[in-house]
Formats: sequence, structure tokens, C-alpha cells
Amino acid sequence: MVDVLTIIEDVADDAAELANAARSLGDANTSALICGGSEQDADQLASLFDQVIVFPASADQCWDAEWIAACALPWLREHRPDLVLLQHTNNGLDLAPLLAAKSGRPMLADCFTLEFREQELVATRSVYGGKVHAQVVARQSDNGHLATIRPGAFSAETQASSTGAVESAAAPQGYQARRRCLETLTPDPGAVDITQAEILVGVGRGIEEEDNLEMVRDLADALGAELACTRPVVDKQWLEKSRQVGTSGLTVKPKIYITVGVSGSFQHLGGVKGGPFIVAINQDPAAPIFASADVGIVGDLFDLVPLLEEKIRERKG
Amino acid sequence: MEIYVCIKRVADTSEVEIEVDRSGLALEEDDFSWDINEWDNFAVEAAVQLKEEHGGNVTAITVGSEDDEEVLRRALAMGCDQAIHCSDPAFENGDAWEVAQVLATTLKGKALDLLLFGAISADENRGQVGGFVAGLLDLPLVSLATALKVEDGKAIVQHEVENGLERVREVDLPAVITVQTGINEPRYVSIRGIRKVGSMEIPTCSLNELRLTDESFGASARRVRLEELRLPAHGDGAQILEGRDEEMIDKVVDFLQEKGAL
Repeated sequence: MVDVLTIIEDVADDAAELANAARSLGDANTSALICGGSEQDADQLASLFDQVIVFPASADQCWDAEWIAACALPWLREHRPDLVLLQHTNNGLDLAPLLAAKSGRPMLADCFTLEFREQELVATRSVYGGKVHAQVVARQSDNGHLATIRPGAFSAETQASSTGAVESAAAPQGYQARRRCLETLTPDPGAVDITQAEILVGVGRGIEEEDNLEMVRDLADALGAELACTRPVVDKQWLEKSRQVGTSGLTVKPKIYITVGVSGSFQHLGGVKGGPFIVAINQDPAAPIFASADVGIVGDLFDLVPLLEEKIRERKG
Repeated sequence: MEIYVCIKRVADTSEVEIEVDRSGLALEEDDFSWDINEWDNFAVEAAVQLKEEHGGNVTAITVGSEDDEEVLRRALAMGCDQAIHCSDPAFENGDAWEVAQVLATTLKGKALDLLLFGAISADENRGQVGGFVAGLLDLPLVSLATALKVEDGKAIVQHEVENGLERVREVDLPAVITVQTGINEPRYVSIRGIRKVGSMEIPTCSLNELRLTDESFGASARRVRLEELRLPAHGDGAQILEGRDEEMIDKVVDFLQEKGAL
């Protein structure tokens, strides 16, 4: 029996995946720890986990890694679960290494497979932006282990199999916040909304120069599609943030997604949901995008994109 | 203000064909070019900009072998005032936890206001070391910063959180901040600029000099080991089209028509 504690960021978003990841380890006793959240949240967690521990929300009501660590650490010391599991999201990235360091647990990040082999934790994860897969082993540890899982890597199907006990836990005594939430920025309501588009043309680093965006824009126009992009294109301020798809951008659900010069990092593809038909144009045959695309062309996008636009216009008549 | 920025030299694999070597534990490196990790470059620029505004000192640190000195020279050329090279053949084998131990030991007892990291590295893609060091030094941490300023002895950090949103936080100093790409426009570094700092002395510290104990570094400290590297199966889903450009594009248009895009 392996004892797994998951730390919940967003019940609707990640609880089922974390529960399934925990159960994939075999005969597991699963717990979920949450700071704040509603009564419904606790009920939903109780249907997924054997035990639910509810701590109070942080004073500013925001997800706060330091607060959650302060709540979780005494609990971990007392209950010593074999494994702590979190999602590898922005917030997960803020909390997991801190918690691993403070609880003395060997940590594996961004895992898409996970298993115990004897007392060691074995995971597969991607390195070099997804071009290489690594099998890594966290050694046996008296303190237990900690891992973050890649969003989407484990099933999100809910198996309402438990009727877990919900337990309220007390806030840590004498906590002094060293970081405080001032404001959560909301996106500009006037900005383009790529989340509703049925067809998206996504452009990545392979476009090389800002002036080259024009041909991609023309392709999008020919298709009646919205233009989307990866993070580096926004970093260079060639396109607005409201067009960025990915874990640090927007989540989109197009029916058709054409990518141009997009390598296909998990950070980008993490924002592409709903299983669209993906056409990828990239000059690097090893680009991870070809593992996720339906149709791929390895070639020079500067020749292929104008040609594609022309042929689409021709076909449309 | 005393600012430290931790940087790493990584292989640029964007233009090369990647192959795993015979050991199965490393990549064939012959064709690699090496440079500062992209995220770290933004962190150096952020550090230098803060110094330019508030005064003070910026120190760049790296952990690795002799070859890694070039990223420190680059950081000096960008405006860092000094550099520390934690250099030991043993450091090459360290996992993220051991690297964090080396950094924390190097930094312990130093007067510091801000400790900056790139949020992740382009090779390992873990995003762990900054958080580990924050934990080891018991400093507050904010990850994935997209804007950073210092006011009245506090850092005001905008950073990426859930659902593509960003949040602004106030953080007590000293603090650890990990920097996301795009936070600024890193300045250009010329060969001449690097030559200019070529004679600056960069102090080194080795495993022995840092007096790292067996619990902090080495076989008994190592928490994570690599068992195998492999190339993912490519074209799993993708049907890779072949032929002349015209033929391939015609095929794509057929697919798009079939899927109702036209």
C-alpha cells in the first residue's frame, strides 16, 4: 500500500488527474490537501480521494505557495505519506521545489509516467524542450518522495469511487506572510478572443523575423482563421499576449490548428485542447510538434506558407 | 542593493540533429554550440537594470566545469560587477538538489537583497533549482516573474499564475525571484564587450573550498539519477507528407477541405 498526498490547485481542473496518477501507482491510499475552496469542492474531492484535508485559505485568498507550504509541512511531518503529488503548472512550479526542499523529499518534476520500483520512484519526463525523453530515478528516501505531473498526461476521467472523510485542519500558528497578493490582472476585454476560434493558425519562433508574420497573417485570412502564437513571439512583442497559446497563455479548442514554425513544446501544446486536427509545417524533422500533429510537412515555411495560401484561395474560388 | 544572479551554460539544440550516445545517458555533443540559458539571460538583464536604477552590485554565479566560465564573462560584459565560478569536475555530475546545495553554501552569510534565477533551463526543463535554494536559505520565493521592480525595500513582482493570468505580489527582501523570458529586452553582447572583461579575475570555489559535507554533495547526497535518455518516437500521430512542395500543399488543402475548413 502506497500512501499518496496530492495538493489540489483547482478542483475542477486537476483533481481527477491527480487522483488517477495516484491510483496508477497500484494499491494506494489517496489524500487530497486543499487550502480554501468551497463545500462543493470538498465534496467533489471526497468522491475522488480516500481522505480530504481542508486548510483555511491564505489571508489574501490567492493561491499562495508559502502559505500552502506552511500548512502542509507540519501535516507531512506527522503523516509521512510516501509520495506528495502536484500538477506541473505555474502555481505548482512555485510550490513544489520549496516543499521538496523543506520536507527533505527527492523530487521529480513534470513527469508523464510514474511508478515505484522497490523503494525508488521512477519517472519519464522530457528534456531539451521535448526533443529527448529521460527516465529518471529518485532514490529511496526515509522522508518519502515528491513529484509534479504534466497536466494532461494522466486520465482526467472521474472515477467517483471513494467516499472520503473530510477533515478540517487548523491554520499554522504564528504565520507571517513574506509575500502578499496585490492584484490579479485580468486580460484586456477588448483584446482578440482566440479561444472561440474554430480554425487557428499558430506561428512560432521559426518565423525568424517580425516582417515574416505578414505571410502567416495572409494564410489565416485566406482560411478565415485567427492568428495565434507561441511564447517567444510574444516575448519579442511581435504579437499581443492575447494571441499566446499555452500553459502561460490561453487555452484554445479549435477544430483545426495549423502550426507554422512551432516546435511543439509541452508549454505550447498544453494550451491546445479538444483534440483538433493539427497540420504542422516545420523545417526540423525532430520537432516534437510532429509527434502531436495529424499531418506534417518538413520543409521551408517561407516557400510553403505562401503556396498554401495561394492554393487555399484557388480552391475556394 | 546586493543582487546575485545564478546562471547556467546550456547546449543550443535548436539547429542540430540530436543523437543519444552509446552510454544512453548523454547526447552526442560534437555539433552543439553552447550559450547562456535563455531564461538566465533575461535574469541577468533584470539584475543589471535594477542596479542601474538603484545602485549596488550584481554578482553572477555558475556551477559547473571550467568550460562554463564563458557565461560568466558574458554576464560581466552585460554589466554584472563580479562573478563567482563554483568550479569542480565533480559538479558536472550533480543533480538539481546538489547544485542548489552548492549555490546555497556559496551564498550563505553573504549580504544579499535579491537572488535571481532563470525560471527553467532549456536542457533539463525542471525549474527546480531556484525553489530549492529559496528553501535552503529560507527566503521567500516568487516564480515566473514577468515584471520586477523594487520599492521601499520590497520587491513588486508580476508573475504567471493559473489560467494564463498574471498576479502582482509584494515580497519582503531578501527574496528569490525566478524570471520568465520576455521580462525585458536583454542587451546585445559584442565580442569586443566580452574581450573587455577578459582580464577580470573570476574567483573560483571548488568542492573542497566550499567544505560541502557528504550530506550536501556527492554519491550519498544525490537524490535523482538518470537511467536512460531516448528519442521519442516521431510522427506517432503525424502523417509526414513527401514529394514536391506543390504536391504536399495540395494534400494539405485536401485534408483541410475534408475537415470543413474551406
